[in-house]
Amino acid sequence: MLKQISKYIWELSKENQMNVCGRIYGDETLIKILEEEEKTNWSSLRQLRNLASLPGIQKYAIALADVHPGYGAPIGSISAFDLEEGVITFATIGFDINCGVRTLITGLKRHDIEAKKEELADILFREIPAGLGSTGELKLTKSQIDEVLEKGSEYVIEQGFGLEEDLKYTEEKGCIKGADPKAVSDKAKERQFKQVGTLGSGNHYLEVQFVEQIYNEEVAEIFGIDKDDIVISLHCGSRALGHQIGTDYLQELERASKKYNLKILDKELVCAPIQSEEGQKYFSAVNAGINCAFANRQVLTHLVRTSVSKVLGIDEKSIRVLYDVGHNTAKIEKHDINGKMKEVLVGRKGSTRGFGPNREEIPEKYRKVGQPILVGGSMGTASYILRGTNKGMLETFGSAIHGAGRVMSRVKATSNFRGSDIEKTLRKQNIIVKAHSLKGLAEEAPEAYKNIDDVVKIVHEEGVVEKVARLRPIIVVKG
Amino acid sequence: MFELFEHKADMGIRGIGKNIEEAFSEAAMAMLTIMYETKKIKPKKKIVVETYADSLDNLLVNFLNEILYQKDVSEISFCKAKVKEIKKIKDQYKLLAELLGEKKPNKKIFITEVKAATYSQLKVKEEDNYWIAECIVDV
Repeated sequence: MLKQISKYIWELSKENQMNVCGRIYGDETLIKILEEEEKTNWSSLRQLRNLASLPGIQKYAIALADVHPGYGAPIGSISAFDLEEGVITFATIGFDINCGVRTLITGLKRHDIEAKKEELADILFREIPAGLGSTGELKLTKSQIDEVLEKGSEYVIEQGFGLEEDLKYTEEKGCIKGADPKAVSDKAKERQFKQVGTLGSGNHYLEVQFVEQIYNEEVAEIFGIDKDDIVISLHCGSRALGHQIGTDYLQELERASKKYNLKILDKELVCAPIQSEEGQKYFSAVNAGINCAFANRQVLTHLVRTSVSKVLGIDEKSIRVLYDVGHNTAKIEKHDINGKMKEVLVGRKGSTRGFGPNREEIPEKYRKVGQPILVGGSMGTASYILRGTNKGMLETFGSAIHGAGRVMSRVKATSNFRGSDIEKTLRKQNIIVKAHSLKGLAEEAPEAYKNIDDVVKIVHEEGVVEKVARLRPIIVVKG
Repeated sequence: MFELFEHKADMGIRGIGKNIEEAFSEAAMAMLTIMYETKKIKPKKKIVVETYADSLDNLLVNFLNEILYQKDVSEISFCKAKVKEIKKIKDQYKLLAELLGEKKPNKKIFITEVKAATYSQLKVKEEDNYWIAECIVDV
């Protein structure tokens, strides 16, 4: 049963096998959608109840305003597990490990690119490998892939793809500890030989954006952004390697669930005790996937720098990383659990880490105001830069929304919209769209997603994050 | 025959055939049509794949994921999948199939990437003399 406990927080009461309650950050419209979903095969509420039933889960199973059903656990959910009693599950990580957003500050203003934006769109479309079948600039061997998995962004920067200081502004400094390439199958590695530095397709994108509105001048200044600044955002993940890790471990974790007598509530909610051999192996593989995604966004950063520099004649080094956040992750972090600080394994599925002020994980430059949170809107609509808050630390394990969240199926989107019409409509709004597939473009029609402004409003008004700036796209590159 | 069915974020694929091999082939074709304009790809190259699983349901997922693996490592864009044989050997099911396609076709044939075939709404069953093989694929 759902009980409203504040303007935008709803509690899902503990029933049957649930170990903790569920908590949903949403408005009445979202709650109606979730209740309707319960009548179908795919239900976020049912998945949240299942998540709350896993051993060792702490405080609440949380869903934020961008929630929709996923595999085993909802997209837009957060869960934390006791390291001794708890489990690690595929469901809270998914197939696209550490899919995330990186935003680059260009030092340019809107008027600086106005005359050259067609040219800029063309070069970005040409130079950024995107879409199915694309291959990257880097062609790696198996031992080089192992280095990517161990060292993430560090490795590709050593190879010349970026600047040392980029690491400072990437979560985990672009290299999460505990990654073990041996936990990743040869199949996964072979698939990645040519995919480091590729954008992918589906909801992944590159956008040239301008800062449309600033909500908090002081924080914006610390983040290094001002009204009408040009920024460039990338949304992509660990590509085929991450997908294959998911595929491989679904089967391994199914066996582990049986071995440790863990009740399988959903085929994708398979899990293993965190401290078990299987649990540790999966965790090492996930960390390897996380590093692969960091390296991927790092190589793309390099390609953006060279492309922008070619067209606008600016120094490549003047393009700086504002921040890089991951969405589908499991991380050991210290949190307040019933008044005591304790290490837990936090799973963020379609959710972004969003730490409040003074956490040591935040780059020094931003530490006193909280972590920058980069939220991508649907194609052609606004994106947001938010910051983490102390309230978020207490209520959501320092986590935030990751995007708008889908409301319309891809099948319906392709029958309702045409890629070429979308291109024309956005063109009228002064947005240049470059897509490798018009059908793929139709699947990603802006109308297929919730309104990002409404989604952001919910988490902002509840105080678990705070708005800093709103971005508008000028150029969109899609796979 | 095959069809795509609705799913909130991803895609459902359904293959229907007179026998299980045909249903699996059609399910694979459904997945390929999400990824490629299959009619614009020529069946110039052939790859033979073998997959195993402990149940027919899992065999479908493994087969579809094998296609995704093969497209990355061979760089062939597939336009056809023909399941030659599915048989039970002791406790395991074995599938033998041919995948046909073109290496790096020089046309606009790409649509959307499929990340993985999933266990969601996974079903392999015989109904009214037809076999149905279906699941959700993550896009």
